[in-house]
Amino acid sequence: MDGQHLTKVVLLACGSFNPITNMHLRMFELARDHLEDTGQYRVVKGIISPVGDAYKKKGLIEARHRLEMARLSTDSSDWITVDPWESVQPEWVETAKVVRHYYKEMLEAEQNTDDVDTVKYAKKRRIEENHFGVSSHQKKDGLQLMFLCGADVLESFGVPNLWKQEDINEIVGRYGMVCITRSGNDPHKFIHQSDKLWQYRQNIHVVREWVTNEISATQVRRSLRRGRSVRYLLPDGVVHYIQEHALYSAESEQRNAGVVLAPIQKNTEVS
Amino acid sequence: MATRRIPLVLLACGSFNPITNQHMRLFELARDHMHSTGQYQVVGGIVSPVSDGYGKRGLVLAQHRIAMAKLALQSSDWVTVDEWESQQADWTETAVTMRYHYGRILKEYERSTGEHKDSSGNPSPLSSPCPQLKLLCGADFLDTFQVPDLWLDDHVEEVAGHFGLICVSRGGLHPEQAVAASDTLSRHSHNIFLVREWVRNETSATEVRRALRRGLSVKYLIPDSVIEYIHQHNLYTEDSERRNKGRVLRPLAKQATQPGKSLDD
Repeated sequence: MDGQHLTKVVLLACGSFNPITNMHLRMFELARDHLEDTGQYRVVKGIISPVGDAYKKKGLIEARHRLEMARLSTDSSDWITVDPWESVQPEWVETAKVVRHYYKEMLEAEQNTDDVDTVKYAKKRRIEENHFGVSSHQKKDGLQLMFLCGADVLESFGVPNLWKQEDINEIVGRYGMVCITRSGNDPHKFIHQSDKLWQYRQNIHVVREWVTNEISATQVRRSLRRGRSVRYLLPDGVVHYIQEHALYSAESEQRNAGVVLAPIQKNTEVS
Repeated sequence: MATRRIPLVLLACGSFNPITNQHMRLFELARDHMHSTGQYQVVGGIVSPVSDGYGKRGLVLAQHRIAMAKLALQSSDWVTVDEWESQQADWTETAVTMRYHYGRILKEYERSTGEHKDSSGNPSPLSSPCPQLKLLCGADFLDTFQVPDLWLDDHVEEVAGHFGLICVSRGGLHPEQAVAASDTLSRHSHNIFLVREWVRNETSATEVRRALRRGLSVKYLIPDSVIEYIHQHNLYTEDSERRNKGRVLRPLAKQATQPGKSLDD
């Protein structure tokens, strides 16, 4: 067994990115530093996956803008990319499905570049897809996809009808999470208080953010509505794009007002 | 006749060791705030890095701090970097730096109104009001007025009273308290503008240096061009952080020799 064998990691961040901010981008940097610091991982790619318009969150502007802003913001990064797949789906897609999709893509990409026996590979994958144990990560030949998020997303697992329990189990149990703390959240406590999360605690990497950098997109939108500067909170290219297209006004903030959020709508429908 | 807005220039003095996005945010926030008072038109911003003579722990050479600030502000159309303070032989008191910059601003103003004088030599009514220069700082700066020997009494009067302060609050600091705790500052509270920064953004240069020492990423905290410069010149190592270790900060050394002038309290 190769002693220096590092697991390659792809980080996937889902969210509104309405708009993307320096804080979102920092999450990737912090996660990469943290994982590589353990000496077990090598982070090879980051994926930003903006949510589709069908999510129906209040103030959510069109996906094409959110995609373009994310693309502009990652211009200067050699490892963080933006993928439009989720944003172009006609219906809202559960996060677990998004994770599954990118996991498959990641494997396919690896398959194409590796000299791996494809038959043996596919067989192994089929067997494990139907079973995952307590701490088993989908770790094919040292390759892993981890879900990257803020601690607030972890805590949103507790919001009624926002997540399906089996989806949480899958994301945390089968793939793994990297969770960046925000002041006011205590992810360790939250994990401790949930039996399921506690069971999968080895798969949840909590990253303490020492340099508080709480650039909330909500506040950014508020500042923009009030004609205040958001320079140096978002990459310059994104600031210009917002100005050029006059995004984020009082009107845009009223989009989906009174509409039920898609996941809640879906999870409360009689099955 | 409608009141004309007072042209205002913002001056930020500091180590800028290195300059960060948060430093540049200060200018943006201050400009928005002063505009919203209805009384001012912010016409310029100046970043004035302190000279090496300041003797602060971990302070890298002024030539680097200037170069980094210039890179960071390349894309700004209203904030510039000024080297005058950094080029002085000894550390320069803030009040002196302000006097220097205000002198230049006044000269420029007089030159431009000179071009608009009427036949009796009076400034034309269309010329703008006399410009002002105010010191831009973080809330922690207000607390420094309480440090013995760090400021001369007269200078506190001059900086807070004559020129004026724009103070952007960071994190949990309460600038109102610092103003209230000082008689001098309280007396000039109308000339001390407090700006609330809603983003709890503690991107301090100290933390940035710490991250760099440990080989951690500082991307999105400081501009890419500054990161590149830092790596090219291998700034911010354990060695650089030891610079000036044990040395007395220059203002304290300089002003401790002045006849005792206690800061009022």
